[in-house]
Amino acid sequence: MYRARLFAVRHARAFEWIYQRFERMMIALDPVFARIGYDRVERPIALIERGAKGLLFDCKMCGQCVLSSTGMSCPMNCPKQLRNGPCGGVRPGGYCEVKPQMKCVWCLAWDGAARMNGSDKIHEVLPPVDHSLQGSSAWLRVSREKAAKLRESHDAAKTAVAMAFPAARKNEPSSAPLAPEPPRAVDRETRR
Amino acid sequence: MTPADDDFSPSVRPYEDPPPGHVSGSRLERVLRQGKFAVTAELNPPDSADPEDVFEAARPLGEVADALNATDASGANCHMSSIGICALLTRAGYGTIYQISCRDRNRIAIQGDVLGAAAMGVRNVLCLTGDGVGVGDQPGARAVFDFDSLSLLRTIRTMRDNGVFLSGRKITRPPRMFLGAAENPCVEPYEWRPDRLAKKVEAGAEFIQTNYIYDMPLFEKFMARVRDMGLDQKVFILAGVGPLASARAARWMRSNVPGIHIPDRVIERMEKAEKPGAEGKRICIELIQRIREIKGVAGIHVMAYRREHQVSEIILESGVLKGRVAVGGRRHGDRRANNQ
Repeated sequence: MYRARLFAVRHARAFEWIYQRFERMMIALDPVFARIGYDRVERPIALIERGAKGLLFDCKMCGQCVLSSTGMSCPMNCPKQLRNGPCGGVRPGGYCEVKPQMKCVWCLAWDGAARMNGSDKIHEVLPPVDHSLQGSSAWLRVSREKAAKLRESHDAAKTAVAMAFPAARKNEPSSAPLAPEPPRAVDRETRR
Repeated sequence: MTPADDDFSPSVRPYEDPPPGHVSGSRLERVLRQGKFAVTAELNPPDSADPEDVFEAARPLGEVADALNATDASGANCHMSSIGICALLTRAGYGTIYQISCRDRNRIAIQGDVLGAAAMGVRNVLCLTGDGVGVGDQPGARAVFDFDSLSLLRTIRTMRDNGVFLSGRKITRPPRMFLGAAENPCVEPYEWRPDRLAKKVEAGAEFIQTNYIYDMPLFEKFMARVRDMGLDQKVFILAGVGPLASARAARWMRSNVPGIHIPDRVIERMEKAEKPGAEGKRICIELIQRIREIKGVAGIHVMAYRREHQVSEIILESGVLKGRVAVGGRRHGDRRANNQ
């Protein structure tokens, strides 16, 4: 919905706040998702995501959401699908070259970004879209990615401990374990 | 295959390592790094398969320009391809700028074409988003836009500097090219255009060719901000100029060609002129002389669609070459460039 989109950009800062909380919640839910299986939650979550973001941002479900870097203006609504816009064809008044009745997605993006705390994110060069991810949930992708990062740092710490206490590890392997943990053990770790 | 004996026989330019302090063997890069005021010109691509038509279009431009831009279906109108024109002109000794628009080809095609162009001797590339298909001669075509101009810049820079495709696969001999991008200071959002330029530099742009500049106050404001951000030290900016044919043509361009801003005062001046063609040329020369005084501008880019016959007079009368002979049109013999 075009009007909801304009609303989202005008209130980019509020949406930024909501999104940050929401992201934390999704990361916290990683053990739950992992337990049920990301495969099985993919479809229902993607369905909810499509509905909510479709209404608010005219989301196209590219699966690689970058709203926080584009002033809460979805770049997939740009007829050229530019990820680092605007192009050089913007019409007077900030209207789109291809769809003259629509405000340029990227003029809105710079406006929205100026309202956000993370207003410098829009300066980062974004990679091209991976079209194989079209239709999948970007929310789950973020939670998986960040949770994996947490686990990675945990693994690095484990390795460091094992290397610092080699003799203890030799006598008592469980004092500095290196083998991959089963999900249930990992869940408890993450909760703690 | 016998090696070329004289300077005039078309031959393939060998793969060379760039001279020290350079990223490519491009003559345009050399001119810019020497601090000379550079001139580039846009070539009107033929609707023909005859190589002689390409050489004919290049002839009036080559003597005053350091490099010629071969457009890639600009305005979404079909013409001879940029890569074809560049290949022909490079072999004839011209400096060429290979324009890539993201509108018509996906990442697989573009990365392959970059290698092909580099192998043909092309040393400059201009990365563009491209106009929408709707304004062109075949509006029913599918628009691709797999890359945008920035992800394209970053990709070619990765190919050149890291020697890999975007897939991570190795390139044995990376394409040594001087990377360019466009910027349009005279359309909205004005206040963010310098930031967008910074982003292009970050993505890999080493030279910038702007769209037509007819609004000097707007361009001066843009350049002031660019200097404040220190961007003029990081990238060579070539300002886009071109002669108008008539007031009617100017109005038509303004409303039909994307991204062109011509102030009313310029159109009024064209209207009042007795000889619009001569007035268009005079306006263009005045613009060039004013642009040249702006700090941070490294050269000009002349786009004289269907007025190519005026280009050499415009450049010579404006005096920007300062008696220097442009290197763009020198016959292939510029071996010194290869041997450096």
